[in-house]
Order: sequence, then structure tokens, then C-alpha cells
Amino acid sequence: MTAAAAYLDYNATTPVKRDVADVVAEVLATGGNPSSVHRFGRLARAALDLARDEVAALAGVDPDAVVFTSGGTEANALAVASFAARGVARLLIAGVEHDSVLAAAAHAGPEVKTLPVLPSGIVDLAALDALLADVRASGGRAGVAVQLANNETGVIQPVAEIAARVHAAGGLLHCDAVQGPGRIAVNIPALGADTAALSAHKFGGPQGVGALVAPEFRVVSPVQTGGGQERGLRAGTENVAGIAGFGRAAVLAADDLAEAGRLAAMRDGLERRLQTSFPGARVYGAEADRLPNTSCIAMAGMRAETQVIALDLAGVAVSAGAACSSGKVRASHVLRAMGADEDEAGSAIRVSLGWASSQHDVDRFAAAWSELAARRAHGQASIAREGM
Amino acid sequence: MAYGEKVIDHYENPRNIGAMDKSAANVGTGLVGAPACGDVMKLQIQVSADGIIEDAKFKTFGCGSAIASSSLITEWVKGKSLDEAENIKNTQIAQHLALPPVKIHCSVLAEDAIKAAIADFRGKAATVGGRAAQNVAAEAAAE
Amino acid sequence: MSAEAKKNIRLPIYMDYQATTPTDERVVQAMLPYFTEVFGNPHSRSHSFGWEAEAAVEDARAKVAKLIGASPKEVIFTSGATESNNLALKGVARFYKDRKDEIVTLITEHKCVLDACRHLEEEGFKVTYLPVQQNGIVDLERLREAITERTAIVSVMTVNNEIGVIQPMAEIGTICREKGAFLHTDAAQAAGKIPLDVDAMHIDLMSISGHKMYGPKGIGALYVRRKPRVRLQALINGGGQERGMRSGTLPTPLCVGFGKAAEIAGDEMGADAERIRMLSERFLDAINTRLPDVVLNGDRERRYPGNLNLSFSYVEGESLMMGMRDIAVSSGSACTSASLEPSYVLRALGVDEEMAHTSIRFGIGRPTTEAEVDYTVETVVKHVQKLRQMSPLWEMVQEGVDLKSIRWSDH
Repeated sequence: MTAAAAYLDYNATTPVKRDVADVVAEVLATGGNPSSVHRFGRLARAALDLARDEVAALAGVDPDAVVFTSGGTEANALAVASFAARGVARLLIAGVEHDSVLAAAAHAGPEVKTLPVLPSGIVDLAALDALLADVRASGGRAGVAVQLANNETGVIQPVAEIAARVHAAGGLLHCDAVQGPGRIAVNIPALGADTAALSAHKFGGPQGVGALVAPEFRVVSPVQTGGGQERGLRAGTENVAGIAGFGRAAVLAADDLAEAGRLAAMRDGLERRLQTSFPGARVYGAEADRLPNTSCIAMAGMRAETQVIALDLAGVAVSAGAACSSGKVRASHVLRAMGADEDEAGSAIRVSLGWASSQHDVDRFAAAWSELAARRAHGQASIAREGM
Repeated sequence: MAYGEKVIDHYENPRNIGAMDKSAANVGTGLVGAPACGDVMKLQIQVSADGIIEDAKFKTFGCGSAIASSSLITEWVKGKSLDEAENIKNTQIAQHLALPPVKIHCSVLAEDAIKAAIADFRGKAATVGGRAAQNVAAEAAAE
Repeated sequence: MSAEAKKNIRLPIYMDYQATTPTDERVVQAMLPYFTEVFGNPHSRSHSFGWEAEAAVEDARAKVAKLIGASPKEVIFTSGATESNNLALKGVARFYKDRKDEIVTLITEHKCVLDACRHLEEEGFKVTYLPVQQNGIVDLERLREAITERTAIVSVMTVNNEIGVIQPMAEIGTICREKGAFLHTDAAQAAGKIPLDVDAMHIDLMSISGHKMYGPKGIGALYVRRKPRVRLQALINGGGQERGMRSGTLPTPLCVGFGKAAEIAGDEMGADAERIRMLSERFLDAINTRLPDVVLNGDRERRYPGNLNLSFSYVEGESLMMGMRDIAVSSGSACTSASLEPSYVLRALGVDEEMAHTSIRFGIGRPTTEAEVDYTVETVVKHVQKLRQMSPLWEMVQEGVDLKSIRWSDH
């Protein structure tokens, strides 16, 4: 069934690109620990160095700025813990951040304040200024986290503008850029963030590898200590094969950017169609700049879980919000932060396209969803049991 | 570890390995370093009557760079006067062998070794020379 | 060795199985479909891509659990043994800090355990670093005395990474139970190599690593006992994966590879162990027959035979490694990594610093062949002999000089 199904959940994870899988398999077969001084170790080290250059090029930074981690979650945790270690007085976390940022902040120590977003999903800059001024008035320094693009809605934050304000107030900015590569340009120095998180499996790389990018690497304080790998910033034998795949995916991400127009056109066409077949359909974040591949659509009156299960039965894989917590059904905190009420937020699903998505996949989704909408209109929405 | 070509060459084909009679008057011996630090160099020179180093031998317990540094310095000192040999700087050795920063101490050790060998020789010469002078004086007094 | 035999050897020979092991071809094959075909996010609850990935991850978890006699629910996937060790020590210590603020460990533990302990000391915990006996094994009476009612966790490595000695985990486990302290073990070098049973050994937390047992790098596990329940504070928070103890998307292919590696290790442990023991004896006997003054570091019997740490007196280890360039081994001393300190593990056994500088660790693994062992013996003997001819220390000893009587210079 998997092979025949239309996969429209690229923001949860993407298939590994063939070329990347080949690199991973090749490096797996090579072996070697990069800390070893013999030939096997040097080969592994060379693979690591190449990947570091490739990821650095993607992010527009020096290779020194790249600290490999086990993924985006660890990179976010490392960034937030680093801010705490640098004595920030207060963490200002956008309400639409990924769970890994929210949870890291909640456990970091300093007081956490939520940075509100406007109904469009964009950070409220006036509120940011006020919060920054507050921290400054108290004599402290702010640690701010604002994502590059939202995983659920695709809304792109004005990170450069936010960075300028944060820095003018003496603060530090972390940017969870996990959803960016392959979809939009991700130049960390241009964004102005002090740290940024990347994850390979969101753009054709393997799961289990990510990076914290820190143009000034001294801002990073290690969470995981030991053998001194990653210049002491992240201990543990490097996932060399995964990292090599990450590097290749970073190179290939440029190709995907060329696809952005095609994906955006399919996405926009889809949204128009859905709004036609179900005039009440609401698209979240449509007023803001969005990733070209993401659509977050609410069908008021039908629970998201019901929709995604029916869609799965129809051979279309999409998601209801983020794919993180273990099956907890709850309304998206992202949509709630944008002002959606519980019911409305609970009826939104996310469609996210990628390089292998075809018009056929989108049509399949549109047909299945329209059918759902029609059935709902006829009051026959009892399609699937919950928790199926 | 990537060793430089010259280090590998000296390691694989060390020049002037061996030992001389350390009690001989024309031989100077330098023994520097410590086993606990991971390197010990023994460097010996044979000096002609006119103060020229005719031959040099070494034995080294240490890493490849230490072996190469001592091998190289035995080549360099041959045919030099004691003063010239004493002026060899560790930086010249390090540069010639392209030693990485963590191996600079090997070149320092080689410089120390040649200095120690020269000092040993000069100490002997002073004693031997001194004894000769005393003998002359004693003979003169006897006359 | 005959020219014929030499031809059958692929150079360089890998003998550094403690640093990492090659990924078993069967493991690689098991992983590949999960990159491009069954590529879902195992936490995606809304479609079959996610469910299939989740099923694969759970199957892998069961295989890893089986290898150590645990229930799958007690196995948390991590990015590797370093993370597992950090999570076990920092996680348990911080969770129980109001009641217990002491930690007991050995001075021969892996660097990441010692480093985690040092961080905890900075946070106010009291850490006891116990010495080991000359054979590398902890003195159980000293261990018993060191554990107090304030001890939250005792951490002892099952098989030492540098010298291969096996600590008496079951006895240590019994003592920890009596004393009411949790026992954590870094079993990265043990899992898949020697039989492990967390219940029989009374182990409460166990760190294991994929790439030390012919699985992939970037994946490991922490066993966390449920009865009696061990609680810990997460180091990585977020989506709440791994029962909240370790957030982050589980890397499906890595989990699958790790599971496959665990399954193979379990199935083949008996045969592997027997072969490795035989090769180990062959190696050691040949070396000892042909070279005088070679010392095996660590207990001769209570060891994993695939780890032989030898001191070749009067020959500096790094120079020996340089000579044996077609054999990949690791120097017992850390000299190569820019530090001139000899191995703290060897020092802990009371090995003189000068002897520590002459140590090399030879790893024998699943792929090691008799021909490789024989080739290695030839190479070692040749270079040790050559280097001893070059060694001023060897010369002095042959002349009857007691090296201890010399006043060595400091530098």
C-alpha cells in the first residue's frame, strides 16, 4: 500500500534521496571512527570534513560554524541550553515554535515568556520590542527563539528583522531553520541568527542527523560531554554515514529550490480547489509569506483525526499537526497561537509537498478531501472511529 | 596520522643508528628526555683533533618524529665544527621535517641532544686537556 | 608466512574493533529499504508510512531488548553510548538530587562517564572515583564501603574499552541492591560480545552502542529498569518521544540496523566468542614466544579476549604504530591526540608511565581471520625488533643498567 500511496507529509519527514542513500550505504561500508589516527579513521574523518563543508555551504557559514547533532531536536536543545549557560535572564519564545524549542525552554532554567504572533502567524514585532525592552530594563539579556518557517503552516518569519531588534537590545537569537532547506534559501549570516538548527531528514537526508549552526561557535555550551568530538561541543562518535548523507542532501537542496515554483503552483491550485469544493475551508497563514510546499487547511466541523484516517484509507498520507508526540490528540498549539479556537484548530490538516510530489498526488488528495467535504455537507461524517 | 614524507623517510631509513664507545676521549654522548615522557634520545659524536665532528650516531625511544629529528641531526652535524653544530636550532629541524605543532618538542629534544653531546665532549676534553697541562707542569717542576 | 598466504590478505588490516566496528553487510541490507521505501516518520500517526516505520522501530527495540534480557519497554533509543551515559548519570543524579547526591564510579571508566561526573561535581554532587586493582578489576569491598545511603547511582563499565577487563557486574549489582543505589553500566564494549542479563546482573541502567557491535553509528540505547522503577530527567526535551526520556524523531534506518546487529550478535555470540578467543590466544602466544618483555595489561582471564592491550617494553607505541602502517590499531597512550599524557586507564593499573608509552591495543573482531592475525604477528615482531635495536633504553637494559637508577631530565 505504501508504494502506491501519495505521500504528502514532507514536513514530517522526506524520503531519502537515491543519491543520498548511495552515499550513506557507501560510507556505512567504509567504516572507521573519525577519532582514530589510522587510515580507516582518516577516511571517516575525510567524509566528515566533506559533509561539514557541504552543510556549511548550504547555511552560508564557515565549516567551523557547524556542530553535528543527532537531529533538529537535539540542535534546538543545545541552542537553548547554550543560551541558559550564557546567563540570559529571560527566554522569549515564539508561541508557534516547535515542541523541541518550547520544551527545551521550559527546562532550561531562565524565566520563559511567550512571544505572541499575529493572526497571520508572523511574530508580533511590537510585542517583541516591548518584551526586549522589559528584559533590558531589568538589566538582563534576552535569549530569543524564532523559527525560520513553521512546520504546520509554512509561515516564514522575518528573521533578519527580528535578529536586528534582538541584537540591538543585546540579546541572542536562535532560529529553528529545520523546515527551510530545499524550500527556501537558508543563509544563516543573512538571517542574523546566533544559532540555527538544521535536520537532514526534512530535505532528503537521513533521519538521526542534524546540526547546530553557530557562526560564532563559542556561543555553544555542550550538553553531551565526553570524548571531545565536534570540538568539545557535542561528544559522541559521529554518525559518519548519516552525516555524509546530510552533506549530500545539503548539496542537492539547491536543486529543490528550483522546484519551489512548481510546488507553489500545485499548492495554490490545490487550495483554490478545496476552497471551491468546501467554501468554508480556511487556509492558515495564507496572508503571510509561506513555504512553497505547505498548506494548512481547516474543514470546520470535521476533526482532523477523522480526516487523516479517511485520507489514509484513500491512499493519501497527510498529517494533523506535528508528527512528534506519541499519539496525543490535541489541538495544534501553533494554530491556537494564531488565534484559532479549539474546534477550528482541531479540524486543520497539513499537506506538505516535496520534490517527488506530482500533480497526480495532489489531485488524489483533492478528490479524497472533496469527497469528505461533500459527505460532511450531507451530514455523513461518521467515517472512521477515533484511534483507528 | 599523516606524517610528512621526510619523517617517513627518516623513520624507515634512519641514518646513523648505532653506538660509540662513550668512554673514548674523542666521543661526546648526550642522553636527553625521559621514558616517562615517551621519548629518550641518545646522540653521540666523534670529534677530530681539530674540532670537527667526524661521525655521529643515535638511538631514540620515541615517536616517528623523534626518530626522524635525531636521524636528521646526525646527518647535519657531520663535518661541522662544534660551534657550528651547537648553533643548529630546533626550528630548522622542525621546518625541514615539516613537523606539526604537537611534534615540535621532538625537534627541541634533538637540539638538546646535540648540545648535551657537545658539552659532554668538551667536559672530557677539558679534563683530559687539564690533566695534560698538569702533567707538563709536574714534569717541569721535577726538572 | 608464505607469499601465498600474504596475497589473501586485504591491507590495511583493521584491528581497532574497540574504536568502532565495520557495519555488518546484513545490517546494511536491512537498513537500506528504510531510507527510500519505508521512509516514514515513526511518530506520524496519521498514515501507513508512519505506522510501518513505527513497526520497524518497535521490532528493532524488541531485538535490542532481547540481547540484554530486558523488556522492550525498558529500552530507550539514543544517538549512541555517549548520550546514553550522559543521560543515565546526569538524568538519574538530577532527578533524585533532593534525596541523594552522591555518585560512585571507577577511575578507569570511559571518558564520557568521567566527564559527566565532573559536570555533576560542578553542580554540587559528590563523586567517588574508585581505584582498581593491578588487574584492572574493582575491589568489591572498597566498592561496598564507598556506597552510602546518599549514593544515587553507581556506574561501572562492564568491559573496559582500553584493556578489555570484565568487571564482576552480578556481584556489583548485588551490592548496589543491598545498599539501595542504582547500578548503571556502560556496556558499549560488552553488548553482543559477552552474555548480558540485566535481571541476573541487577543492572538498573545500561548503555549500549550500535557501532560497537557491527551496527551503524549514530544510534545507541539506554536500558532503564521499570521494576523497581528508575526515573530520570531528560537531557533532550521536545516531542516527548521515548516516554519523555529522550525527544527527537527516531531514526528508523538506524534503529532497524541496530536491531539487526543485536539479533545477529545474539544468534552468533557463541560461535563468535569461541573463534575470537582462539585467535586471541594464537596472537598472544606467538607474540610471547617471539618477543621478550611484552606485558598484557589487565587481568589475563577476566577479560574479553578480543581486546589485547600490550606493552612492548622499550619501544614507544606511536613509533610502532607508524611502522605497522598497514595494520590499524590504537595506541594505549593518548599521545597521538595532541596530548602527551599516557593512558589514564593504564596508569590506574599502576603501569609505569614509561610502560604506558609502549602500549598498543589490538582488537580482534568478527571479521578477523587467522591470516590477519599471523600477518600482524609478523609485522609486530619485525618492527619491535627493529625499534628495540634503535632504542637507547633497550641498549641500556642489555648492558645491565637499571633504568630507574638514571636521573632523567624533565622536558
